[in-house]
Amino acid sequence: MTFSFLLITIAILCVIAYLVGTRRAKSLASADTPLSSLPGHYGSLLSLWTCLPPLLLMLLWGIMDEPVIDHLLVAQLPQAVQEQGGTSVQLALSKVHNLANGANVEADASLSPAILHLVELQSRNELLSTGVILALALAGFALTLRRLVPSRNARNEMEGIIRGMLFASSGIAVLTTVGILASVLFEAWMFFGKVSPIEFLFGTTWSPQVALRADQSGSSGSFGAVPLFTGTLLISFIAMLIAVPIGLMSAIYLSEYASPRVRSFAKPALEVLAGIPTVVYGFFAALTVAPILKEFGTHLGLTVSSESALAAGLVMGVMIIPFVSSLSDDVINAVPQSLRDGSYGLGATRSETVRQVVLPAALPGIVGAVMLAVSRAIGETMIVAMAAGLAANLTANPLESVTTVTVQIVTLLVGDQEFDSAKTLAAFALGLVLFLVTLTLNYVALKVVQKYREQYD
Amino acid sequence: MTNQTMTTRAKVERSMGRRRRAESRFRTYGMLSIAFGLLCLVVLFGNILSKGTSAFAQTVLHTEVHLDKDYLGLTRQSSEKELMNGNYEGLIKQQLRDEMNVTKRSQRRDLYSMVSVGAHWQLQGLVLDNPDLIGDTIKVDLIMDDEVDQWFKHDYPQGIQGRLSDVQYQWAMQWVEAGRLETRFNTSFFTNGDSREPELAGVHGAIKGTLLTLLVTFLLSFPIGVAAAIYLEEFAPKNRITEIVEININNLAAVPSITFGLLGLAIFINIFGVARSTPLVGGLVLTLMTLPTIIISGRAAIKAVPPSIREAAFGLGASKMQVVFHHVLPLALPGMLTGTIIGMAQALGETAPLLMIGMIAFVVDVPGFITDPATVLPVQIFLWSDSPEAAFTERTSGAIIVLLGFLIAMNTVAVMLRRRLERRW
Repeated sequence: MTFSFLLITIAILCVIAYLVGTRRAKSLASADTPLSSLPGHYGSLLSLWTCLPPLLLMLLWGIMDEPVIDHLLVAQLPQAVQEQGGTSVQLALSKVHNLANGANVEADASLSPAILHLVELQSRNELLSTGVILALALAGFALTLRRLVPSRNARNEMEGIIRGMLFASSGIAVLTTVGILASVLFEAWMFFGKVSPIEFLFGTTWSPQVALRADQSGSSGSFGAVPLFTGTLLISFIAMLIAVPIGLMSAIYLSEYASPRVRSFAKPALEVLAGIPTVVYGFFAALTVAPILKEFGTHLGLTVSSESALAAGLVMGVMIIPFVSSLSDDVINAVPQSLRDGSYGLGATRSETVRQVVLPAALPGIVGAVMLAVSRAIGETMIVAMAAGLAANLTANPLESVTTVTVQIVTLLVGDQEFDSAKTLAAFALGLVLFLVTLTLNYVALKVVQKYREQYD
Repeated sequence: MTNQTMTTRAKVERSMGRRRRAESRFRTYGMLSIAFGLLCLVVLFGNILSKGTSAFAQTVLHTEVHLDKDYLGLTRQSSEKELMNGNYEGLIKQQLRDEMNVTKRSQRRDLYSMVSVGAHWQLQGLVLDNPDLIGDTIKVDLIMDDEVDQWFKHDYPQGIQGRLSDVQYQWAMQWVEAGRLETRFNTSFFTNGDSREPELAGVHGAIKGTLLTLLVTFLLSFPIGVAAAIYLEEFAPKNRITEIVEININNLAAVPSITFGLLGLAIFINIFGVARSTPLVGGLVLTLMTLPTIIISGRAAIKAVPPSIREAAFGLGASKMQVVFHHVLPLALPGMLTGTIIGMAQALGETAPLLMIGMIAFVVDVPGFITDPATVLPVQIFLWSDSPEAAFTERTSGAIIVLLGFLIAMNTVAVMLRRRLERRW
């Protein structure tokens, strides 16, 4: 609870600093030394200098304290554990943490010095952090207050700080991309130290079971990701077969034929489809569509797997319809009316105009929209996790069960995992492939759409 | 010459029928596409509603139980701890056994399994609330096991035995004839956490987890998103760095959500040591995910504020910062809020990244704070949909109805906000 205590204290200090700063500025002002900013600016400046540094320190401290404590703890672990290094140290540390927090784990006498040390470190850490952070707040307060003179341009200084904060906020988006790339690259790098990239990219058997003991026979694990790639492509292809024609035709109808009344009703209704959570689609695919397909297949004398690629693909297609239709609607609407009028003037019917004038003109934008839709289909997780299987079959038959990159990432990472086993790392290698493929698709698609939009603007 | 035009005209006239048919065909395709989309919507909602509405009803058995002092070993003066530990389960079993005259061991087990394993908590709760009941005969509505519940709600109206065994079916029919089986509103669905028993499982824990997670997401993503939008729209110099930031944000909006889960796992959990399965780490991941949406809509809202407002403020001597914070921001705020609500609605329905960071754990307790282990509604739906029991399928649909209800509410608020506050310039 030190955390909330600190936050509340800093918030109170912040308010006090504002009031004190404002009053001080008012009292300092006189006829021959006029204030260079409004009194409130002095208050805000004092308040910012009082609160920002301790808040930043708090953030840093919260990030850094656990690794530091763990580092100090390692020395207290039994000699035998320290020599083994790596995983056993991690295991021992997490056990020490659990025991110290009173969790119900079997006690281990050899760990007791470490536990005592941890409890002591934790209480010391708490005291130290509270002390240092509050001291910093007071120091900021005192130093700024002393130099709060009427000639100081409080407004510019305060605005500079705020501008810095705004800049930092917009930097978070870049940091996120860097974070995603760094995390997947680092883990994927470790994975490729264990499994060669060639085997990963071109191998055709996927069975990520790794032997638990060195002497275990058989399951050495093979990480050929080709079946996952083909499975992903198969399901995305089925989804596109549904989504592209239906989405495109809907967009054409809405923008070229529909009366304003129909449009004002049908467009939002279609967009509701895009707002439904994917887990709902997954449930629908697994419990309604898949059984229907299976029964239908049996009538026709076909064997349909109960986790067929078809069921997942069909439902995914439905999910993507509004995505394709609203993007295409935008680009079709961006085609200038003069092109249509020219075509009508030559005696073309509406459908001829659409097919021979509007669509060719809108084609780059539509291609961009389809690429964005493909990227969405490839990255979709819940529908396939619930309706497609786990079996990594290398097949093009949509009635069989296939698995996808996203399903495997979820399966490999859900539940307890050790962080250096090839099985866990494989998920990050798959994540890297997924990220790079979708990023490329998005980037190219956005460029295409942008370039096209500029043409008629 | 005349001949020539006549043949062209004849050609055109001859082709008109074909062209008109093509026209109406094309038009029909368009209409069919829209109809297909709308049909999917109706089927989806109809399917979920038809499966899920029965989750809001629970079958109970009207019973009179004698709270036998001697059997329970309790008196009205017993301490709370003693009251908690009374053998209520045995009491219910004895009551049922005597009522139905069951002596055979195998039949007993059949009988006991018809009442929910949580039924004794009902008695315990009643006694804890009012210890004076001990020694009295009280009327309780015992919660029935999910098999009886499903039978009574779905099979009995069709007159079939369903999954009940022969004896169970006889007893159940006896109860029905005596008017003792009844469905009532399933309050425990909204007051209980997760459970392995369908009739005891509820969405309270998941709803609380969702609210806590969304709270963290909102508190982080709204200020950061608004600040970033302001910077990019008002202050950023037009240079390469700004361009990179912009491309970045557009791309992040289209990156698969699961990669945000990978980031959360590798960085928030493994490097920063944030506790797994908590609304805190869930909120952090969802913040990164919703930020692009909020920033993009925020920029659009700022762009919509006409330059004349800015110029007027500048003309009165306001600084850039004052123009933005005193004049532009208040006018852009409704649009920003709308975008934020839409972003939050996305976050509410998101499942995949939360699976990576351990929010899939089986959590019975209702979380009280952002650092308690929790699950969220969509993940709860995912977990339940995996369970084979028919009762869990029903509950999954029930939870989906709750989730969709939240989503509809949020989107309605967004639309209303837009209508109310958005100004046309």
